Amino acid sequence: MTKIIKDKATNLSRRQFIVSTAMAGSGLALGFNLPFATAATKRTAVPGTEVNAWVVVNPDNTCKIRIARSEMGQGTETGLAQLVAEELECGWSNVTTDFITAGQNLSRKRVWGEMGTGGSRGIRTSEDYVRRGAAAARIMLMQAAADQWQVPVGELTVADGVITHAASKRKTTYGKVAAAAAKLTPPDQKSIKLKDPRDWKIAGKPMKRLDTAEKLNGDLVYAIDLQLPGMLNAAIKQCPVFRSKLVSFDEAKIASMPGVKRALKVNDYAVAVVADTWWHAKKALDALPIVWDEAENGTRSTATIAEQMMDGINAPTAYAFRTEGDAPKAIAAAAKKVEATYSTPFLAHATMEPMNCTVKFSGDRVEAWASTQNAEATLAALSEEAGLPLDKCEVYKHVLGGGFGRRGGNQDYTRQATAIAKQFPGVPVKLIWSREEDMTHDFYRPISMCKLSAGLDESGNVVGMHLRVSGQSINAQVNPASIKNGADARQLQGYAKEPGDAQLGYEFPNLLIEYSMRNTHVPVGPWRGVNTNQNGVYMECFVEELARAAGKDSLEFRRAMMSKFPKHLAVLNAAAEKGDWGKPLPAGVHRGIAQFMGYGSYSAATAEVSVGADGKLKVHRLVLALNCGHAVNPDQIAAQVEGSVAYGLTAALYGELNVDKGRIVEDNFHTYKIMRLAEMPKVETVIVPTYDFWGGVGEPTICVVTPSVLNAIYAATGKPVRSLPLKNAKFV
Amino acid sequence: MAKLNINGKVKDVKVEGDTPLLWVLREQVGLTGTKYGCGVAQCGSCSVHINGELRRSCSVPLDSVKATDKIVTIEGLSAKSSHPVQQAWLELDVPQCGYCQSGQIMAAAALLKKNPNPSDKDIDEAMTNICRCGTYQRVRAGVHLAAKKLASGAPANRKNKAQA
Repeated sequence: MTKIIKDKATNLSRRQFIVSTAMAGSGLALGFNLPFATAATKRTAVPGTEVNAWVVVNPDNTCKIRIARSEMGQGTETGLAQLVAEELECGWSNVTTDFITAGQNLSRKRVWGEMGTGGSRGIRTSEDYVRRGAAAARIMLMQAAADQWQVPVGELTVADGVITHAASKRKTTYGKVAAAAAKLTPPDQKSIKLKDPRDWKIAGKPMKRLDTAEKLNGDLVYAIDLQLPGMLNAAIKQCPVFRSKLVSFDEAKIASMPGVKRALKVNDYAVAVVADTWWHAKKALDALPIVWDEAENGTRSTATIAEQMMDGINAPTAYAFRTEGDAPKAIAAAAKKVEATYSTPFLAHATMEPMNCTVKFSGDRVEAWASTQNAEATLAALSEEAGLPLDKCEVYKHVLGGGFGRRGGNQDYTRQATAIAKQFPGVPVKLIWSREEDMTHDFYRPISMCKLSAGLDESGNVVGMHLRVSGQSINAQVNPASIKNGADARQLQGYAKEPGDAQLGYEFPNLLIEYSMRNTHVPVGPWRGVNTNQNGVYMECFVEELARAAGKDSLEFRRAMMSKFPKHLAVLNAAAEKGDWGKPLPAGVHRGIAQFMGYGSYSAATAEVSVGADGKLKVHRLVLALNCGHAVNPDQIAAQVEGSVAYGLTAALYGELNVDKGRIVEDNFHTYKIMRLAEMPKVETVIVPTYDFWGGVGEPTICVVTPSVLNAIYAATGKPVRSLPLKNAKFV
Repeated sequence: MAKLNINGKVKDVKVEGDTPLLWVLREQVGLTGTKYGCGVAQCGSCSVHINGELRRSCSVPLDSVKATDKIVTIEGLSAKSSHPVQQAWLELDVPQCGYCQSGQIMAAAALLKKNPNPSDKDIDEAMTNICRCGTYQRVRAGVHLAAKKLASGAPANRKNKAQA
């Protein structure tokens, strides 16, 4: 046992050091996630010099690059470090990283900008200021050397953090001039000329991730792994019926169970058991008699929710998002009419690390250790729930065991941990959700249904398209003020007329796109790719139906409507070419194609599938093309594309949450099945950057995964699949 | 009180016999590399080796483990991440968020111990751990690369000194 205590003490000392550093208000942001578990020798006992907010230079010439965004596997930490290192000219092998805290950002007037990490914005909306910050640091470091040698700065060159004056054959290092550089007046960042991406040596290259080593041997401390002296653990049970209430619980029944400290009400909808260990807390919670008031929500079911969706489809009016020409009239007069109704279910995020948060409330100060995509949202939740001003709060961000949109603005777990910890002043309390709690109390991908009608002329050209989505709105939950009279454009993501984030890549002579908002009692939120998932299926599978009704090749039919959308068209062509469109396939294998846009990037895919005589579906290969503008790390982009296939295909094959008696039925991986390795198709990533914009990477490609697979199934079976997941479809 | 042999060291733990080994490792012994993912032996994040066999520790009660059983966790798989699986994972940047990777690595190491040159079909059957980031393609490539490293003489299961 001595060893354990020692382990804990080691963990603690690292954290205490950081906490005290932060509290002292030092300019040094000594983050507590050490990025190089195996590069301990690179660390130095002598504190480095902050040249500016982004760069700390150590005497040994290593550079700490500050990272404000969250790392949840998507590789943003490495990508941002590449961008900084590129402009800094410090050499890649000299790079280490530090995560800043929300409190530090606040106390320095948000010098690090936005910390929120969602919407595939981690790199694309911070690339400019991080590169300028790095370039400013380089300019100051070189000026310091020039001042020291009394030579014009224009005579100096720099490589890998070594500054050279060729004429006098003198050399110095960033480490040696950092202290002098830090005293110089920073240059005007707006006037700095950044490198042409075509000259990049570190950015744009498939550099190895900075955080792999610590993920191979158990070293990395996720929030769920945190151990602090005297820590208590909490397990929680929320009312199984959403938006319902806790009535009572019988604490006496569990009071004598091992390790139990207390059972307590958490806000008005949950009960927690606090114990010495989480296992003790969970066991006692399972044994705790609880009475809930389920009210009317306890009568809701999958069937009643489906009626709501259908009601939105059939409603006489809806919010008209795009009205160009007169689509209903054109369709009515068309030579051929095609109509279809599609539907997609609620889905859970199911991050591998369940929701958790540790909070220590000390009366006049509160600290949280959290797995969060938005440390500032965590700080705000902590402050509100603790009843303390923001400057008395701090959030220490851990690397996330998966995010996918679950750990952003919805800081429910932080609020709960804070409410519990307030009852134990001075004692850190770690709240961990069981997998069952995690799956049945998510902010789910919204349910929706979509009716599409189109008219074709005698040559098989589309003369009119009418699309109506009926479904639950995310903004109705997270930002209701943004919706006026049901006008919620977010639910129509991917259908925009304007270029930019999510433009529809087709031109229809007559077009009507509508939305019927139908909200349920089930909480919803962003889920990797958000509404491009469903909307990509609706548009791209229906376009496939139209191509077949017109008797045309799926690729050529699309191309004919895309002449005004050259970027969309270029990725479609890339996916077709690399995906061998039109080339022979092995017997029984069929191909499908799709293109769609989200998060400022253009995506397309071809899929190859077979459907056996027994109806068994096998997805063999996906080729995905992506234009994300600039490709900061091609290997990590490929990893994100591969990941989007697994996440998207899992949803397509198995993803479905049912509602019965107001609660979610599927509560763990035996009922909410996740695709395993054996089902993973071969994925090929084709990056076709055009270097004239900055698009996202983590989310864009997921929207073409499912439609390309469904279109390949259509090719295989001759029938469209209009309802997900595929596990419910019968192919023979 | 129970005695456990974990990563070659004898540990005394004082906790109820029905406590899952996962929570004994995490909360009594302080080895948090073994992860909680589902608690019902579905996801494999909690995979460890017991006498060389791959086990999902969330579903192994403490009282089913004998003092003589040799438990190996991710922390004890090798010294300095030198196991060919860890080396292959590093070379291919397999992990994304990393949370499931302790389990993936333990499963891959157990597979290679029994089958030093697995086919894709063997890998399909043996590697059933859940990854939500979707690293499956690289996990497969990682197992093949580790097999290659193994064939060229890297130690498959380097034990801690104390374990021998």
